[in-house]
This record gives sequence, C-alpha cells and structure tokens, in this order.
Amino acid sequence: MEIIKGIPLTSYILLCSILFSIGALGVLYRRNALVIFMCIELMLNSTNLLLVAFSRYFNDTNAQVFVFFIMAVAAAEVSVGLAILMLVYRNTKTTDIDALNKLKY
Amino acid sequence: MNEIIIVAGLGILTLLAEIFNFKKILMPVIIAGLVVALVVAVLELQGSYFNTTFDASVLGMLDFDRFATCFVVLLTTIALLWVLINYNYFVDESNKADHLALILFAIVGGYCMVSYSNFVMLFLGIEILSIPMYVLAGSKKNSLRSNEASLKYFLMGSFATGILLFGIALLYGSVGSFDVYIIRAKTTSADFVMTPMFTVGIIMLLSAMSFKASSAPFHFWAPDVYSGSPTSVTSFMATFVKTSAIAAFLRLFYTALPFVPETFSRIFLILIIASLFIGNIIAVFQINAKRLLAYSSISHVGFMLIAVLFFADPRGIQALYFYVAAYSITTLAAFMVVKIVGEQSDGDENIFAFNGLVKRNPLLAGTLTIALLSMAGIPPLSGFFAKYNMLFIALNHGYFWLVIIAILASLVGVYYYFKIIIAMFTGVSSSSVPIKITLTQKVLLLILTLLIIGMGLNGYVLEMI
Repeated sequence: MEIIKGIPLTSYILLCSILFSIGALGVLYRRNALVIFMCIELMLNSTNLLLVAFSRYFNDTNAQVFVFFIMAVAAAEVSVGLAILMLVYRNTKTTDIDALNKLKY
Repeated sequence: MNEIIIVAGLGILTLLAEIFNFKKILMPVIIAGLVVALVVAVLELQGSYFNTTFDASVLGMLDFDRFATCFVVLLTTIALLWVLINYNYFVDESNKADHLALILFAIVGGYCMVSYSNFVMLFLGIEILSIPMYVLAGSKKNSLRSNEASLKYFLMGSFATGILLFGIALLYGSVGSFDVYIIRAKTTSADFVMTPMFTVGIIMLLSAMSFKASSAPFHFWAPDVYSGSPTSVTSFMATFVKTSAIAAFLRLFYTALPFVPETFSRIFLILIIASLFIGNIIAVFQINAKRLLAYSSISHVGFMLIAVLFFADPRGIQALYFYVAAYSITTLAAFMVVKIVGEQSDGDENIFAFNGLVKRNPLLAGTLTIALLSMAGIPPLSGFFAKYNMLFIALNHGYFWLVIIAILASLVGVYYYFKIIIAMFTGVSSSSVPIKITLTQKVLLLILTLLIIGMGLNGYVLEMI
C-alpha cells in the first residue's frame, strides 16, 4: 500500500483523466457497438481507479465501497447491454451502429 | 422509506408470480399495492406516526424530508395512473410479469433519486431507474425501431453515467465526502477555495444530470428513444423518469451545493434557452406525434430548469412541483390518446392519423385538445399557471429578457400544438370507422381531463387569494 502513496496524487488524476478521455473519445468515434461497450467500461474503470487513489490519500474507505457499487452496477449494465445487442444482431445481422438508421429527421 | 419497501416487495412478488403461476390476480394486487404506497406517502407527508416507526434517515444514505416525501407522493400518483392507463399493455404481453417487475423496480429507483442524501444513492437511483428503462424501450422484440431505441438509449445512458461518476469522483477529490450535508457544510464555509478540479466535477455532474432530464444540448437521444419505444413505455419515460430526473437535479442544489446555480448561472441560462428554442422550433417540423411530443417535452424541461436556477426562491420549489405535476398529468393524457389512435392505424403515429378524430371518437379528440392546449399554456388550464409561476419567479429576480425569450418560444409552441388540434377537427379521415374504447378508458380520460382543468382552476384560485 505504501507504493500507492509513493506516487503523487496529481499523477493519478492525470492518468485517470487520460483514460477517461480515451474512453469518451472511443464512444464518440468507434462505430462498433461492442467496442463502444468496452470504451464505456474504460470510462467507469478510470473512475474506479481515481476513487481508490483518493480513498488512499484521504484514509477514507467510503470511496472504496463506492467502487464496489460501481463494479456491480457496471456488470448489470453490461449484461443488459449485451442482451440488447443480441436482440439487434438477430434483426440486423450486424453490430455496426450505422445500421441503426430507422429513427431520424 | 416505507414506500420503497412496499414497492420493492411488490416487485419481488411479481417475479415470483411467473414461477408460482398466479398471474391472473397480479394486476389487482399491484394496483392495490401502489394505492397503499400512495396512502402511506400521504400519511408520511402529514407527519403521522410512520416517520417515527422507521428512522427517516437511513444510515445517512436516504433522507425522507418534506421535499422527498412530496415528490414520492407525486411519483406514486404518476405510477398508479400509468399502470391504470396501460392496463392492456400488460394483458396483451406474453411475459407481462417481467415487464411489471421492471416497472416496479424502476419506481424504486425513482424514489431513491428524489430522496438521496449521499451520492452513492444518487448514482444507484439513476441506475435502478435507467436499466429497466433500457430493457423496456426494447420490449417490442421484433420491431427494429424498438431495438434501435433501446440500444441508443443504453449507449447514451451509460455514457452519461460514466460522466456522472467521474464528476462525483472529482467532487469527492476536492471535498472528501459523498454525504450531501457534509459537502454542503464544507463548500459553504468561508475558507473553501473553488479548485479547477471542483469546477470540472460540477460541470460534469451538471451535464450528466441535464442528459438524464433531456435538456437541450444533451437532448439528442430523446426524440429517437421516445418515438422508437412502445407508446406505453414512452409515456412512462416522459412522465415518471423526467420527474425523477428533474427532482434529483433540484435536490443536488437544495441539499448539497446551494451556491452552484448562482455561480454557474451562465451554464443554466444556456441550458434553459437552448431547451426552449431547440425543443419548440424542431417540433414544428415533426410529422410523428410521438417525436413531436418528445421535442415539446424538451421545451418543457427548459421551463422546469428556470425553477432549478432560482431554487433559493421560496416559491421556486413549489413552482417546480406544480409544473412537474401539471406536465406529467397532461403528458399522460396526451400519450394515452396517441396510443389508442396509434393502435388503430397500425402503430403509425403520424399526425395524419389524427385527421378527423373528432368524428371517430369525440372523447379522445376532446381530451387530446385539452391536453395540448394545456401544454401550449392557454388559460385557465394547468399548463398556463405552471408557466406563469416560473416566469413570475424569473421576473422577480430581474431576468426580464429571459421572460421575453420564454414567451416567444412558447408562441412557437402554440403553432405545432394547434397543428394537431386543427387536424383533429377539420382534417378528413381516411377511415370513418368509430374508435371503440372500453369503459375504464373512458373513465380515465375523463379523470385526466378533469385533473388538467381542475389543477388549472386550483392555480387560478391560489392566485386570487
């Protein structure tokens, strides 16, 4: 645990912000729904890392409990998401989100 | 707290119904359960003994103060009306117990969102409400439109959740707590310095919450999801989900960050003006009734956010409460008619389907007319007084230009609401077959119409005193 405190907090914030931005940009630019799921997971996990780092620096376990909640909810969310994706795949035979163009104007 | 226990218990009972096969008596049990929840909530509001049997503050996670209990009453009423209106949605479905369970758990999520006193519960409430909605949006399994709505809602919704979480993490990093009252104490103390981290955290929180409330720059998902989902689910999204989201948005400042609306007033003004204009102007070009109502709901969020901006005003929360209640009842009525008409025209909700509706069923046409007039803000209907209260508050705070902008935007709104009304009264219908509705539906339509008019008169009477 000492090794976590050996790194300054700013580095954690920077790392997590970069990870989060990669995730967010991935959601915006990638066209495959599965890759978008992974990018969303990356966003959530960067948040987890940030919360754990803060928790260690503040000596406050609340944030670590929050991380467990985030992990549980993310698992629920992905299971629902994959089910929805299966449904879409059955009807369109593709996971490309550009195939979803029935709702416009 | 008691409502959460009752409704969650009902949800579990509904899941068991699928196994033990007592689906036939399920609907009456659920309606009775929701009525009990409503009665309990009203009793709690009047400060009866329910508050003392269970500690109102649950380990610092939920706090059922007056604000929360008021919104719980409103949410339970909306849920009850919704279940009654969409009774046949569940009768026709093959696996209705699952759908009902999802709805009931979503209601629990809504309760958490209006009563949180810890950011953990804000996050959990949003997710408990959202995840069932992702599934329900796609509940028409063979319809590609429904699938698309579901996947879009899911992708956009989880993206917003990610932003919300990062915002909460940054807020935690600069304040050191998730508890709203500790955050309030720390951020309002004299030696609090607003670090860039704090500011970024607040902005991310604001974006995520305005996404959930579908306010303008973050509204892109709303028209697609609203028009693609089954109409029953759309009406739940437009009323229950929106009410919870707006209440959670307001509670954020009411409990945790009271200085934010003033410090970040420019962001709020952008949200308000963009919602008012984008919602109203794009709605003019819509030919699908559900899409039109989706854009109109975006413009209503613009009005609701005026109260969030001036929440410190003692009339602010009251005005928002009245607005949300009037808006939800009106939207329930409008979507009920859209659903019945849509079923007649093969699930196609074009506004041409409303041509000559007055000849096919005067009651449906009358209810929709009253609902649309109320949305447009014609006195003495409830929508007018809801808007009036909002503008009155803005005027009291010296935002004269905001009032002018809001009135101009509503004037645009009158045009597209009247487009439907004129189609109903003067349009020539392709079929002259009368639309048959059941007795229950007739009674519900009358109740909703009376509520829209009655709430308006109530507001009128209040203004007279």
